[in-house]
Amino acid sequence: MEQLKTIGRELAMGSQGGFGQSKEFLDLVKSIGEARSKAEEDRIVLSEIDILKRKLLEPDIPKRKMKEYIIRLVYIEMLGHDASFGYIHAVKMTHDDNLLLKRTGYLAVTLFLNEDHDLIILIVNTIQKDLRSDNYLVVCAALNAICRLINEETIPAVLPQVVDLLNHQKEAVRKKAIMALHRFHRKSPSSVSHLVSNFRKRLCDNDPGVMGATLCPLFDLISEDVASYKDLVSSFVSILKQVTERRLPKSYDYHQMPAPFIQIKLLKIMALLGSGDKSASEIMYMVLGDLFRKCDSSTNIGNAILYECICCISCIIPSPKLLEAAADAISKFLKSDSHNLKYMGIDGLGRLIKISPDIAEQHQLAVIDCLEDPDDTLKRKTFELLYKMTKSSNVEVIVDRMIDYMISINDNHYKTEIASRCVELAEQFAPSNQWFIQIMNKVFEHAGDLVNIKVAHNLMRLIAEGFGEDDDDADSKLRLSAVESYLQIISEPKLPSLFLQVISWVLGEYGTADGKYSASYISGKLCDVADAYSSDETVKGYAVSALMKIYAFEIASGRKVDVLPECQSLIEELLASHSTDLQQRAYELQALLALDARAVESILPLDASCEDIEVDKDLSFLNGYIQQAIESGAQPYISERERSGMLETTDYHSQDHHEVPSHALRFEAYERPKPSSVPTQASTELVPVPEPSYYSEAHQPISTSSVSERESSEIKLRLDGVKQKWGRPSYQSSTSASSTPPQAANGTSSHPDVGVGSSSLKPRSSYESKKPEIDPEKQRLAASLFGGSSTSRSDRKSSSGGHKPAKGTANKPPKENPIPVQPPPDLLDFGEPTATSVTATDPFTELEGLMDYSSQDGGSTDVMGLYSDAAPVTTTTSVDSLLSELSDSSKGNPGTYQSQTSKGPNSKEALEKDALVRQMGVNPTSQNPTLFKDLLG
Amino acid sequence: MGIRFIIMVNKQGQTRLAQYYEWLTLEERRALEGEIVRKCLARTDHQCSFVDHRNYKIVYRRYASLFFMVGVDGDECELDIMFHLEKAHFMLEEMVMNGCIVETSKANILSPIQLMDKAH
Repeated sequence: MEQLKTIGRELAMGSQGGFGQSKEFLDLVKSIGEARSKAEEDRIVLSEIDILKRKLLEPDIPKRKMKEYIIRLVYIEMLGHDASFGYIHAVKMTHDDNLLLKRTGYLAVTLFLNEDHDLIILIVNTIQKDLRSDNYLVVCAALNAICRLINEETIPAVLPQVVDLLNHQKEAVRKKAIMALHRFHRKSPSSVSHLVSNFRKRLCDNDPGVMGATLCPLFDLISEDVASYKDLVSSFVSILKQVTERRLPKSYDYHQMPAPFIQIKLLKIMALLGSGDKSASEIMYMVLGDLFRKCDSSTNIGNAILYECICCISCIIPSPKLLEAAADAISKFLKSDSHNLKYMGIDGLGRLIKISPDIAEQHQLAVIDCLEDPDDTLKRKTFELLYKMTKSSNVEVIVDRMIDYMISINDNHYKTEIASRCVELAEQFAPSNQWFIQIMNKVFEHAGDLVNIKVAHNLMRLIAEGFGEDDDDADSKLRLSAVESYLQIISEPKLPSLFLQVISWVLGEYGTADGKYSASYISGKLCDVADAYSSDETVKGYAVSALMKIYAFEIASGRKVDVLPECQSLIEELLASHSTDLQQRAYELQALLALDARAVESILPLDASCEDIEVDKDLSFLNGYIQQAIESGAQPYISERERSGMLETTDYHSQDHHEVPSHALRFEAYERPKPSSVPTQASTELVPVPEPSYYSEAHQPISTSSVSERESSEIKLRLDGVKQKWGRPSYQSSTSASSTPPQAANGTSSHPDVGVGSSSLKPRSSYESKKPEIDPEKQRLAASLFGGSSTSRSDRKSSSGGHKPAKGTANKPPKENPIPVQPPPDLLDFGEPTATSVTATDPFTELEGLMDYSSQDGGSTDVMGLYSDAAPVTTTTSVDSLLSELSDSSKGNPGTYQSQTSKGPNSKEALEKDALVRQMGVNPTSQNPTLFKDLLG
Repeated sequence: MGIRFIIMVNKQGQTRLAQYYEWLTLEERRALEGEIVRKCLARTDHQCSFVDHRNYKIVYRRYASLFFMVGVDGDECELDIMFHLEKAHFMLEEMVMNGCIVETSKANILSPIQLMDKAH
């Protein structure tokens, strides 16, 4: 700030004098400044363009005048108009002997031209000359220009001189020469690969400016090749230490912070070097600890450095002390009122969560505040964090939130991103297929035009394959629920094309499958789709193929097919379609309607989309037919190779000629035909078409089904993993229940409406002081996001299973009634055993409660006391006992547990796994509270 | 993250200074500036100073009547920049090269420019 004040003074000083500026220029600036709209500004600039075009043609323009014209050209381009008519004058000005004019020329050229512009060649010579100048300012101007204008081809022209300048006596020149070399390295690393040792050398430059500049190229080099720079770790650490000790000139200070930008650059470099390297990290511990202690968190720049320290710590292998210091800094950020600090807090949380997964839980309410903040930037950052911390226990809440947000925004760039994240999370963590389909429906409905087509294929495949187990009942339920949901959605206006494709395909395959919907009902819907989206040929194609399947299943099952009048007219319309694909499908449909049940059944067997298609490439089944034909005098087949060179266009069927009137012969190969565009009659007559694969496909029963089926089988889907994920017990049982501290009863009863999940109690430690009233809605959200098993999940469970853990919620039954919409989570899985018998020995619960009690009691000092009191048993043994309790109680309480195990994810195994995870996550924290004091103290 | 551009815009959303550290065509620059400015101007003072825009993150700061976009904060009168556009550019050139902050000492930033004025 002070710095920019000085700069501002410098600028202002000039303007008072106003020397050398013509009235014209002053008027221009004034009128641009006073323009009230972009349109007005444009008008001013356009007239300025006219004026300058004329003026620049005048002979013998005085240099000072010319400089002003060049600046006016800069204005024109800056305000978005083309000033290329004047570029050449800027180029000429670089040749001028006067330094100010020269630099103005260089400036204009760097603003106007990119490095590949033709005019650059006229400047290279000037640059070479200027690099040899006695005036170091001229040399600097040339080096500046090099950084903007030199491309790969012109590097050799200036490289030797730049290298010489690395040892120039003026530090400003050395600094700029380093940056020029940096630029060369970026443009063409090979051109300077033999010179990188210069960067190391300049790191030891006496001048701090040169040293600071050298950090820029070194950062690039180190990110490309960490191993080669490990020897510099202690140098960087020592530089950082010296900077923090104020060894640099005062002029680098910013808000009393010594050279903060150099500090930040050093921290970035250290993060690279310490990543995954314990011994390198250890060298950094001391200086990082110092920074945490010294940083003034009342200024922006102090916080910027703290933030950079957090980033560094999340990259290196940190000491527990540092981790704690980082967590502490994050919590200060999150508690701040400043949105900038909150933003950094959320960002830091997202980084630290990778190495310390439990950290987010302490800040759950702060995170939720950010999620609900009207500030879009903060909201997005928070979604990023949620994305990073999604697990099977909170996926439903998080994805629901994401989808709501996705629906609410218009920015397609971000919409695409968040849609693909929803899909990714749903695929990875979906608790059930039903849920997965619901989520996919929402994504398609609201962002269908933005998602990858593979997502659609994935969904169709999931519906076709079902659970993958031999559970036909579940599969057909799944399909029915998909069909039902689609029939509901289908009449909504303006659905995305991709979604309609999925809908049509599913309705075709399974619309009539279990007899709930009649063929005429489904086919009517499909006709509506084809009609409503008549300009979308892909959708129409899908709809027609679906119709064909519906009719085929009807014929095959021996029912009489009544083609609805609207279907009939659709078929007739498509028979004359300009699209050969649609025409093809219509002809096939028409032909199919005339076939008998047996034939139809082999053409389109029921639910056969997952069957393998075996292709008989030799067409051996035709041998008899061919033999017969040859015997009756037909010409034998001449293979493609034998025929080469004598290809006739007549060999190709003229099937395309309705649409593509060939003006000339095509000698190149035709594109591979779509499988479904094979005329039905082709399968019954022999035509020597030189495309073996084409043929064999036509004879396969499934070939008439849509292209996507084929594609979907080719695309490598992640569904296998998904299934495993879903089948396997997951972690959902975790936090909310296990975190129930026995003492929570008091806390909950004093706040009856926050007794949603015991985990939601914790953040009160940080929030209670500021916000005594916490929206119960938020509490619930917090519980579901952070507290392991989500509220909504337990809702569903309790409504379906009808069970309530008897003891776990024993002390809170009244709370169920006041909030009928979302009853408190029953803290399933873990809650009961915890509450029943493990209470006294469960160390996790104590730990989870720590934050609460320390602050509720008004003293953070008894943290350790609380911990040791409440958890006299060692962690390992208590976990064991916990586990045994769990298994016992699950045996002993079949009523409570069976319904969960039957759902899959809630089995004992999950609990055990979770307990282990917690154990691992908990151990370090349990040891550290006092260490942190040491660090700070 | 390197700096891709530095723009100064007034409260009406008119560009007052722009330097790009990667090449964009005039049309791209025009569109980009329009979109960014619209986003930033719509924000209130207590919202945070970061805005995501396509692949850019814009850090902006409002000072008096000027928005400094990309982490350049300061104390500047719009007219001073307008009357001395080249000088403001020269200073920026001292501070940022190749999209990196190279110099933050005000003495080092100003001295070449003052010298140039003296020679003039």
